[in-house]
Amino acid sequence: METTIPSTKAHVTRDRLLAAVAVGVFLVFLWYADNHFSAYSIRILNNIAIFIILAASYNLINGVTGQFSLEPNAFVAVGAYTSAILTLSPQEKLASFIIEPMVWPLSVISVSFPVSLLAAGLVTAVMALLMAVPVFRVRGDYLAIVTLGFGEVIQVVANNIVSVTNGPLGLKGLTPHTNLWWSWGICIVTIFCIVRLVNSSYGRAMKAVREDETAAQAMGIDAFRIKTLAFTFSAFFEGVAGGLLAHLITTISPTLFTFLLTFHLLIIIVVGGLGSTTGAVIAAAVFTFGSEFLRVVEEPFSLYGFDYAGIPGMRMVILSMMLVVVMLFARRGIMGRSEFSWQWLFETAARVRRRIRSD
Amino acid sequence: MTDVVMRIDDLTVTFGGLTALSGLDMEIRKAEIVGLIGPNGAGKTTAFNTVTGIVKPERGTITFQGRDITGWKTPHIARTGIARTFQNIRLYDDLTVVENVMVAGHASISYSFLEALIGWGRFARDERQIRESAEYLLELMGLIDMARDKADSLPYGSQRKLEVARALALNPSLLLLDEPVAGMNPIETREFGELVVRLLDDFNLAIALIEHDMGFVMDVCHKIRVIDHGFPIAWGTPDEIRHDERVIAAYLGKE
Repeated sequence: METTIPSTKAHVTRDRLLAAVAVGVFLVFLWYADNHFSAYSIRILNNIAIFIILAASYNLINGVTGQFSLEPNAFVAVGAYTSAILTLSPQEKLASFIIEPMVWPLSVISVSFPVSLLAAGLVTAVMALLMAVPVFRVRGDYLAIVTLGFGEVIQVVANNIVSVTNGPLGLKGLTPHTNLWWSWGICIVTIFCIVRLVNSSYGRAMKAVREDETAAQAMGIDAFRIKTLAFTFSAFFEGVAGGLLAHLITTISPTLFTFLLTFHLLIIIVVGGLGSTTGAVIAAAVFTFGSEFLRVVEEPFSLYGFDYAGIPGMRMVILSMMLVVVMLFARRGIMGRSEFSWQWLFETAARVRRRIRSD
Repeated sequence: MTDVVMRIDDLTVTFGGLTALSGLDMEIRKAEIVGLIGPNGAGKTTAFNTVTGIVKPERGTITFQGRDITGWKTPHIARTGIARTFQNIRLYDDLTVVENVMVAGHASISYSFLEALIGWGRFARDERQIRESAEYLLELMGLIDMARDKADSLPYGSQRKLEVARALALNPSLLLLDEPVAGMNPIETREFGELVVRLLDDFNLAIALIEHDMGFVMDVCHKIRVIDHGFPIAWGTPDEIRHDERVIAAYLGKE
């Protein structure tokens, strides 16, 4: 399960073929889900896709590059607002901006959903770039503090620049553009891009900076540029995910993007294994599904005559306990820093087959 | 004079009120191994850290291949052709052996991160080149069988060799080795000495090294610079240094 760079040409071709087949099978599943699943299940699938995008990109800066940051809620907010402002029609803007009318150029602009997603990504990436330049000039954990602060600032800004964000009222009545195809399509593209980047020389440089910054610099790696690249790159996808989220829930307000979102993602990438994209994907899926599944503990039920009243907020207690358990017994999370590879799958399958035959 | 690779003039480094290095002069020529010796705390590693831009000097100049590189940033200096190893081995522990060496190839890639996403053109060519040269260096260092192991799983001596391989992957003109044989047994030390001499010719290098193992220093070095408490006290061939009274006094104390 090593982070192998494929060994032979035949393996590369085989792995690409298998990846294409896997994606194909998954698309068939999506088509089936789209036509046969309940609206609730489809909603969960959409959530999973968005959380995978967020976790995989958050892991790039926190896990792969080793720069502790707390930015996702801020960047998701920026992406969500950008894309929502861009897709709302001028009539809708006129109707919902009741405290103060929207400022001129924004009040008449209305673009298609994909264009708004791209804009959401780019605006967020620019924000990240502006933050990265002062923060990465110096060494140390300033990134965590600055990004944490930025998350709070964004909420204050969203509440107060009423002529752009509609303030505490938020933006309502967005068209529910986000469907399984958009969310999973972008999810697959995101994973593809992140895996390609991590397996390139840029990815090796990021890991080298994580492992030993001084030694990385002594090998000619400009740590400032590499950290900025990782941060901006992950910001882009977090912004896009924000746009997807906005058009999934169709109503956004400043209170939606609290630090809790970042905390949730932090649990996901730590449980998945800091530095492992595979781990981030698995943990995001398990957690998003799990927190839906755990709704039962917040609702009353009776089991063998024992009546359980249901405690609101119990889900978060269980998820936090899971984090504690992982920290105590499996520090490196589900995957450690390993990645999934087809080679590993084949070798494991061969091992299992041998085991069965010898019994 | 044309074959001078690096010249250090009047290099002075202070940390707060403490003078770590004062007026260091030295010169390293092509195909030459220069030793930097002195008692503990003499400022040897500080000299290396200053040359590689980790520490900023108070005064003095460092000229590398005719260019004044004083005050340059560490990655820039590395890309210009000065590679180093560290006293307390600093590998990328969680990366594989081959990846450790390939990291140094980042300085030579021509593709942008967007091309890495698509994977066409220069990406494939550069990656193949980086991989091949890393494998060649591992072969040379006798580490090729461990290429896929994690760097921190290697035995001590192999980790030292891996650091040298990684430094060579930068394709340097000057190699700085900080206590390369510390912790090695006499046989390993002798083998390493032979390796260093071979590298000098094969890679068209100049080497500066810090070492406490005097047998090793006297064997491999062409010139030696002795420093004590930050001050340069002697410069010469191993024979001259061996009989220099100030050096003897610095190491053994005066009567």
